[in-house]
Amino acid sequence: MLSPLPFAALSIDPISDLQQLTAFPFMVNALEAGTIVAIMAGVAGWFMVLRRETFAGHTLSVMAFPGASGALLVGLPAAAGYFLFSGGAAIVIGLASAKTGRRRGEESAVTGAVQAFGLACGLVFLSLYGGVLAGYENLLFGSFLGITRGQVLLLAIVAVLTLAFFALAGRPLLFASVDEPVARSSGVPIRRLSAAFLLVLGLAVAATAQITGVLLVFALLVAPPATAQLITPRIGASLALSVILGVAITWVGLALAYFYNHPVGFYITTVAFTVYVLARVARALIDHPTLLRRRPRLAEARV
Amino acid sequence: MFAQEFMRNALLAGTGVALACGLIGYFVVLRAQVFAGDALTHVAFTGAIAAAAAGVDPRIGLFAATIAVALAIGALGNRSNADDVTIGITFAWILGLGVYFLAVFSSGAGGGNGLLGARTLFGSIFGLGAADARLAAVIAAAIILLLAAIARPLLFASVDAATAAARGVPVRAVGLIFLALLGATAAEATQAVGALLLLGLLAAPAGAAHRLTPNPYLGLALAAGLAVLATWAGLTIGYLVPKLPPSSAIIAVASAIYLVAFISTTNLRELRPRLQLAHHRQDRELD
Repeated sequence: MLSPLPFAALSIDPISDLQQLTAFPFMVNALEAGTIVAIMAGVAGWFMVLRRETFAGHTLSVMAFPGASGALLVGLPAAAGYFLFSGGAAIVIGLASAKTGRRRGEESAVTGAVQAFGLACGLVFLSLYGGVLAGYENLLFGSFLGITRGQVLLLAIVAVLTLAFFALAGRPLLFASVDEPVARSSGVPIRRLSAAFLLVLGLAVAATAQITGVLLVFALLVAPPATAQLITPRIGASLALSVILGVAITWVGLALAYFYNHPVGFYITTVAFTVYVLARVARALIDHPTLLRRRPRLAEARV
Repeated sequence: MFAQEFMRNALLAGTGVALACGLIGYFVVLRAQVFAGDALTHVAFTGAIAAAAAGVDPRIGLFAATIAVALAIGALGNRSNADDVTIGITFAWILGLGVYFLAVFSSGAGGGNGLLGARTLFGSIFGLGAADARLAAVIAAAIILLLAAIARPLLFASVDAATAAARGVPVRAVGLIFLALLGATAAEATQAVGALLLLGLLAAPAGAAHRLTPNPYLGLALAAGLAVLATWAGLTIGYLVPKLPPSSAIIAVASAIYLVAFISTTNLRELRPRLQLAHHRQDRELD
């Protein structure tokens, strides 16, 4: 998680910085994986934010923890565990919310129970494995440094599948997300579409969690789309902006972690949070320009 | 089992935590604020690690961080749609801060620090001393008393905020106090079941109670009772099976209770389609 190269230093010359950044294969792998993840999370997260399913998204990302520890216990590759648990949780949440009919309190209770149960499973797997919690930090908070070519390839495949789903089902999904009753009456299969979306979100999140860690997937999944939706109401523009912001945040976070001696997760979340706060402040100032103007004091008004 | 001192301590602290979680959780589910509760549990992790990095008692960090963030969420949110996005982004960042503090703490003190992180995340109820357990029980009692003091206006404000406001209930203030209590509960329960697992104790018994009865007072009692039941059963399982962490056993029992409640009430509802229609119509009218 820490910068392994004490002699790496940020200079004023951006070209030499870029050369330093790409001088080592592990860093190239990290940048490639980060870019793929950011594009996928930017698109999947955009729909997630639009549908107000951030809690479900968070729960799916947390499922990577039991996935990884379960795979460790059985001896499967970690990626298989990630996909199994995230996909399974997506199906459970999808079924349960179809049953409860999207009443908000109940649906979130289901999601919360699924999440806590998954985490409890993860802890059981770990303690069955030998009670050693070494490396749980990497599991939870990710590590960009140990990424292999194989992982990059797997990520690329998942990203292509995810993007293909959104290319095919994007329009009806958008319709269903924006105006469910009208979409239903014009024949859009709402339930199946919602369940399929959750499943794809689970896969995308499982892929992302391998890189950013279980707890920090959220930064890439929520912050860029939420910022983009604040900035523009136009669909195409805000989707594109969400992807661009995600990639930029990832690159800046990776570069900062490379040049300064702190965990990558800290930088990515901090940059993402800062960008969101700036967008929110800008939006407030544009919507209510009177906020900037000084209010006349009572004394002045009297004069 | 009761002859062991650590077990008596665990039962004392666990019962207090379970009562507080069950009662608070009932309102959390009613107000659809499970995600806020989730965020606060993660904040508890950052608070404890930050206090450890600064060399203070982790408990001070726990309570300070969760209550402060709870108030911030309450102040920023207006129960509009943007809420859960704001919560999500804020707590992602706070977790990022937690990673930072963990790195600072690990490089500063050196050795054996994975233990504090793991204990904060997953709880260590069998490791509580007698003084810790008594303190936990006292804090739980204080939380429950405060909740009882605002229970009636809180219930009114949660079920129908507009009417409550019109009748002179300070809806916003009550909501803020409730969030602060939720924060305190999160900090309190972190010591018992851990920052990652306590959501189960908040959401599962309360969710089950909501499915089983529409009566709020019966539901509150049921939520608290189910939470205590899950805790006792989980502690017993953890005692009998040493390989199983007690916090996991507690959450597993709580989830099982919820599952049973979910399945049993779902079948009943499908047998009565007319009732469902009536519900739908009511929802439409409210919209």
